[in-house]
Amino acid sequence: MSSTAQTWTTKTGTRASGLFGVAAILVVIVAAGAPFLVSRDIVQDLFFILTMLVLAQNWNLLAGYAGLLSIGQQAFVGFGAYSMFGMVILLGVDPLLATLLAGFFAMLLAIPAGFFSFRLQGAYFGVGTWVIAEAVRLVVAQWKALGGGTGTSLPGEARKAMFGVEFLKDTFDMKTSQASDAIAYWFALVLAAATVLLFYRILRTRQGLGLAAVRDNETAARALGVNAQRMKVFVYLTTAFVTGITGALIYLQKARISPDAAFSVTDWTAYVLFIVVIGGIGTIEGPIVGMIVFFVLQKTLSDFGSVYLLILGFIGIATMIFAPAGLWGLFSARTGIQLFPIRRRLVLNGSDHIAQNTREGGFNG
Amino acid sequence: MTLLQLDGISKSFGALTVADDITFSVSEGEALGIIGPNGAGKSTLFNLITGTIGADKGSIRFLGEDVTRVSPMQRCLSGIGRTFQIPQPFEKLTVFENLLVAGAFGQQRGEREVASECAEILVETGLIAEANKPAGSLSLLQRKRLELARALATKPKLLLLDEIAGGLTEGECAVLVETIRAVHRRGVTVIWIEHVLHALNSVVDHLLVLHFGRVLGLGAPQDMMNSQEVREIYLGMEV
Ligand SMILES: Nc1ncnc2c1ncn2[C@@H]1O[C@H](COP(=O)(O)OP(=O)(O)OP(=O)(O)O)[C@@H](O)[C@H]1O
Ligand SMILES: [Mg+2]
Repeated sequence: MSSTAQTWTTKTGTRASGLFGVAAILVVIVAAGAPFLVSRDIVQDLFFILTMLVLAQNWNLLAGYAGLLSIGQQAFVGFGAYSMFGMVILLGVDPLLATLLAGFFAMLLAIPAGFFSFRLQGAYFGVGTWVIAEAVRLVVAQWKALGGGTGTSLPGEARKAMFGVEFLKDTFDMKTSQASDAIAYWFALVLAAATVLLFYRILRTRQGLGLAAVRDNETAARALGVNAQRMKVFVYLTTAFVTGITGALIYLQKARISPDAAFSVTDWTAYVLFIVVIGGIGTIEGPIVGMIVFFVLQKTLSDFGSVYLLILGFIGIATMIFAPAGLWGLFSARTGIQLFPIRRRLVLNGSDHIAQNTREGGFNG
Repeated sequence: MTLLQLDGISKSFGALTVADDITFSVSEGEALGIIGPNGAGKSTLFNLITGTIGADKGSIRFLGEDVTRVSPMQRCLSGIGRTFQIPQPFEKLTVFENLLVAGAFGQQRGEREVASECAEILVETGLIAEANKPAGSLSLLQRKRLELARALATKPKLLLLDEIAGGLTEGECAVLVETIRAVHRRGVTVIWIEHVLHALNSVVDHLLVLHFGRVLGLGAPQDMMNSQEVREIYLGMEV
């Protein structure tokens, strides 16, 4: 007998998220000017931050959403980087183009890697991915044309001839190394922004909702019609692709590669895991916050050598125990602020207060 | 018309036989109750029907199709909805999002298309005030309601309910019975496992008695309750 029609709608955005969106666009625009505004050292620091952020977002999607606790992401970093070197050195492909194509090679590797590791559950999956990464490292170390176990350098001519270098040298009077650093940096900036936007989009679609359901309870998700397996495969392949591009980009900037470095579990999985755990797993904001903390720690503690690793491990474990939702989780729970909101809020007639507006029904009789 | 047909379904966990040559069928529009002592294999039977566990022997047909080897996901899509005896909410999602998952995936439709339908189910099951709270913060009773609400959101043709009335007060139980009746009237076929017999018998047309994984009897509720065998193994324990 209700006289007014009730219209239920779904809302995701918040005021904070709208403001943040505008601010984020401004930050990206300003950041794009960095190669003209700050020293090469700082550009390299920013490059490091951006590429690690991309790796962290990928691991977050894998572990925090698809429940795939991989500790073998270095397989895709290393394989992406090596396939880029291979394309440049053996086929003469432009390094920038080769970096993009490296994503496809990493995804190709993910097909057999997933075929084996997806047979394993939970922690065994993690160990399996690590074993696969080690196996790929051993095989790549046999690749004599790319320096075998000792590795090789990116030919100087290839860097000089890279797309955009000539233009920067002529127009802004940069040196080759400076120009290629700037190009790698812009690539990283675009990659980081695109990754964050893409993942945010995925999480806001139906697929993202299904992914969160699988993360929370796979049995229930399957019983409700969610194709859990297909979602996991999709995430695994997508993250392999992006991780492969990132690996290639990192080694494009380094211009020197070796199997031990490119397939390092510490650099490309342990640090990444630390970033995600510290910041907060299962949110887009978490890895961003974690990345900032990680960078500050690295700058201040790197003189301590191996004690640095111990401290990182200690902070990581303490976070897992005392703040399992990470720093962002703590902050967000206190303030209710979400910069990348994905919650679907049910609203009645445009108002958030459904409880007050609705006659209680059902069991409460 | 026969909606669900089980033929010689058997399942063992090691030496323990939990389903022993189970054969029965359920017609479209029927409401079937299942009773039996603890550990009789009632929940296991649901897991077999939904595919959460696979049968060792026998076949299951739903809507005339053999679904014995079909995944739980596909069985849901073809119209089998269920609740879990131990609630399995998506804890980090809100109550409303729990239903959105069920609606959007179970019916293969867009989130927006099912949103108001999900909201109405929340009103019907008394969860609307909790809509935007994380499911992990619900009490056990609310979790049970969420199980029912989520199953309804998939728009099932066959609804499997596993002990959703336990722990309710007299009044709450009456409302629950009304809700299930209403769902049944809409044409949904119901199979309901329940220890609260008066609630069960006020809804179902037939009663199936399960004991040690075997079908001990299947018939009108009154006949089953009066059977000597059933009284001994089941009611004897209740009183
Ligand atoms: N996955 C499993 N592995 C091994 N044993 C199991 C498994 N699932 C159930 N069982 C056993 O099978 C038997 C039947 O269990 P089931 O849950 O089907 O009983 P039930 O009739 O639903 O009982 P209740 O009334 O207590 O819910 C029990 O002895 C139980 O311990
Ligand atoms: Mg049971």
